[in-house]
Amino acid sequence: MDEKLLEIEDLCVEFPTEKGKIRPVDRVSLEIRKGTITGLVGESGCGKSMTARAVMNLIKKPGKMTGGRILLEGRDLGQMGAKERRLLQGREISMIFQDPMSSLNPVMKAGKQVDEVIRLHEGADAGEARRRTIEMFAAVGIPDPERRYDAYPHELSGGLRQRVMIAMAMICKPKLLIADEPTTALDVTVEAQILELMEKLREGGTSILLISHNLGVIARMCEDVYVMYAGKVVEHAEVGALFAEPAHPYTKGLLRAVTSLREETAMLETIPGNVPQLYDLPPGCRFSNRCAFATERCRADEPALRDLGGRECACFLEDRG
Amino acid sequence: MKDALRRMIRANKLSLVSLIVIFLLILFSILAPWLTPYGEADMDLMHRLSPPSAEHLLGTDEAGRDVLTRLLYGSRVSLMVGIVPTLLSMVIGAVLGVTAGYLGGAVDSIIMRLADIVLAFPSMLLAMVIMYTLGDGLFNVFLTLTLMNWGTVARIARAETLKLKTIDYVEAARSIGMSKGRIIMRHILPNCIPTLIVLFTLNVPSAILTESALSFLGLGIQPPSASWGLMVNTGRQYLFNAPWLSFAPSGAIMLAVLSFNFLGDGLRDAIDPRLRRR
Amino acid sequence: MKRLLQAVLVLLLVSLALFVMLRIVPGNPVAVLMGEHANEATIERLTAELGLDQPIHVQFFRYLGGAIRGDFGTSYSLGKPVSQLMGAAFVNTLLLALAAALFAWIVGGLCGLLAAIRKNSIPDRLFMGFSLLGISMPVFMVAMILQYVFGYWLHWLPISGVSDWRSFILPAIALGWNSAGSIARLVRSTLADTLEDDYIDTARAKGLSETAVIWRHALRNTMLPTVTMMALQLSGLLSGAVITETIFSINGIGRLAVQAINGRDIPLLQGTVLFATALVIFGNLIADLLYKVLDPRTRREVKE
Repeated sequence: MDEKLLEIEDLCVEFPTEKGKIRPVDRVSLEIRKGTITGLVGESGCGKSMTARAVMNLIKKPGKMTGGRILLEGRDLGQMGAKERRLLQGREISMIFQDPMSSLNPVMKAGKQVDEVIRLHEGADAGEARRRTIEMFAAVGIPDPERRYDAYPHELSGGLRQRVMIAMAMICKPKLLIADEPTTALDVTVEAQILELMEKLREGGTSILLISHNLGVIARMCEDVYVMYAGKVVEHAEVGALFAEPAHPYTKGLLRAVTSLREETAMLETIPGNVPQLYDLPPGCRFSNRCAFATERCRADEPALRDLGGRECACFLEDRG
Repeated sequence: MKDALRRMIRANKLSLVSLIVIFLLILFSILAPWLTPYGEADMDLMHRLSPPSAEHLLGTDEAGRDVLTRLLYGSRVSLMVGIVPTLLSMVIGAVLGVTAGYLGGAVDSIIMRLADIVLAFPSMLLAMVIMYTLGDGLFNVFLTLTLMNWGTVARIARAETLKLKTIDYVEAARSIGMSKGRIIMRHILPNCIPTLIVLFTLNVPSAILTESALSFLGLGIQPPSASWGLMVNTGRQYLFNAPWLSFAPSGAIMLAVLSFNFLGDGLRDAIDPRLRRR
Repeated sequence: MKRLLQAVLVLLLVSLALFVMLRIVPGNPVAVLMGEHANEATIERLTAELGLDQPIHVQFFRYLGGAIRGDFGTSYSLGKPVSQLMGAAFVNTLLLALAAALFAWIVGGLCGLLAAIRKNSIPDRLFMGFSLLGISMPVFMVAMILQYVFGYWLHWLPISGVSDWRSFILPAIALGWNSAGSIARLVRSTLADTLEDDYIDTARAKGLSETAVIWRHALRNTMLPTVTMMALQLSGLLSGAVITETIFSINGIGRLAVQAINGRDIPLLQGTVLFATALVIFGNLIADLLYKVLDPRTRREVKE
């Protein structure tokens, strides 16, 4: 089960702005192995969603992918014809989004939106599509699936909507599911149910790229975690190792901020300073202006991701031992 | 408001151009006598219906008068008729709308029913009926246009008022005992003003168009006064042998309408970002 | 149901307002009509015949009573029953308005659609330029240009009267021109906004082709605000019809109204204006209902 399903190599996404070209994704590389849930964590604006959208070819103009490769089971998505690539989506790779209310078409019945996927990719007719959609609804835990088939999105609760989205994404049994903040808009109890559902999906053979800024969710669900900051991957490790012994100062800061909530401390720990603006990046390490361990070298040179034996980290700290 | 204007000018070059054009149109209409060598009623029967030439940049009409001159003098009427009644209807509509929105109840119902009646008529037909009742002529055209337009203004002013009524500082003012009148004047009206200004620039074109339509039908401005609409009407008889008689004033109308529309659009985009942009 | 009652109320108030406005003109209309040479006795007799000597509220109720039965009085200037004159005219106006609306929707809609999917490019600016021409050219200008180019210059189409279906082409374009411009702008901005919505991403993520995304997902959502505009359009079309029918010599309600004014023909004027306004009021009502049907969100929500 160590086969690579998805490989992203040196991905770059650029956006032209009034203040010049910015790179929300700057030479990001990551791998997703079959049968795993891989986490991509970072704060808002770090580029994690943009990375996912690059895989799905959903980057909004005027932004575009300007460098790197995306390989699905060895096939380079960038080299495919437009139609071939388009038809991959919904069938081999699917994506679910953060806000199921705005991600579902408000004037179309829920069931019909799911039907579309099978009718497009497997040529099913209306009757068969409806049957399979209702089956899928039941499989993802939607009670009374036949009635819900005819419901409009606004008639469903948040949890149900997200299940509809999952049904939509899973109905063609894709190899990879990209979940962009799937539970952020949901209540905690509903969140638990959806996460459970996602674990079941993994057991069924689907690999998942789980994107979140919620460390708790990542800790629970993922085997492998990538940490992003300001457009770059700064750390990559197995979940246990990451949480027990974070290597990168940013990860350390993140974990401290979370655990300080649980302990009986007087002060909430935060990381001082602000994320640098993408048009105003420091020449060296992007975290240097907030890092307690920063040195002159950190401020001058950008550290590359280096292999630390089973994990990777983009920091000069390790050099000092 | 000033910074909205500045924002608009920076963002939207077209609005700036329209502002300049409007300014020039108004300027030219005021300076008409000095801009043209011909008098308003100078006739040259030897050269009736002559096409545009070096001496008569837009040709001459059926009585040998210079079309450009008539256009300039006519602009006085057409522009004034576009701007003044719209302004008046703004004031009336704003007062009525805010009062209706703020006081609610019976006052609201009555004012809104009145507005409904005015707004139910297709605009030309309403204008025609009012002109019939009042008789034709410049003053009555003014009156007609004012009466026609207050309805939309009132509705919008009322909607804004309803929104503002529940805003915190209005509630605060009420809780310290400020009188209704003062609240309306000091808190509500000033906040309606940006929307109303945009509405104004966008309503002027329809006033200009209504007047020109009325005059075109012979129901508005009467000769010997000139307005662009009237010129189009007289030119119509000569459409096929002297098309410039109708198309010159039509073009002028179009220019004025375009400019006000651009300006209104630019202003609205400059003001809206506060409220709307995602 | 409530809307229907409101609509009827407004209509009643409108007819009252109309009635009053037309009657406060000083002078006896009969005297005016008969000119200077009529004698007192004839004037008095006719006035009594026409019921014009009764107090105003009595006249109003008599009128209403008649109107409900379809009797709008007799035209002073043309001598025939107003309802008969309106009947013939209405057909022409209806055809004209429908043709104009068709033109406006097809041309305007296409322009707006094509502009939105290629936002901020050259075609976009071109289409939006056309739409601006659409909303700023006065009706008579468009009408006369069309007459000049297609009637006089090219001799392709008739420019006056109603002989066959081709007589409606130029007037329909003239009348629909303004609306086409407004529709184009509205469609473009609504569609452009809709294409930014999240569910469009979902649709693309499912692998749907761009055509399917626009046709099946974006357009239905774009239609909603555009339908509301339809209501306003009816009023505008009837207004524009007054000028268009006059220029193209088409015997419709608009031209009838103009004739009524020129002939100081109160019953005819009253009948035409009332009829047109009633059309607008009920047109608005239908548009409201249509919106409810199209937008499932406005139907009662079922909470989980």
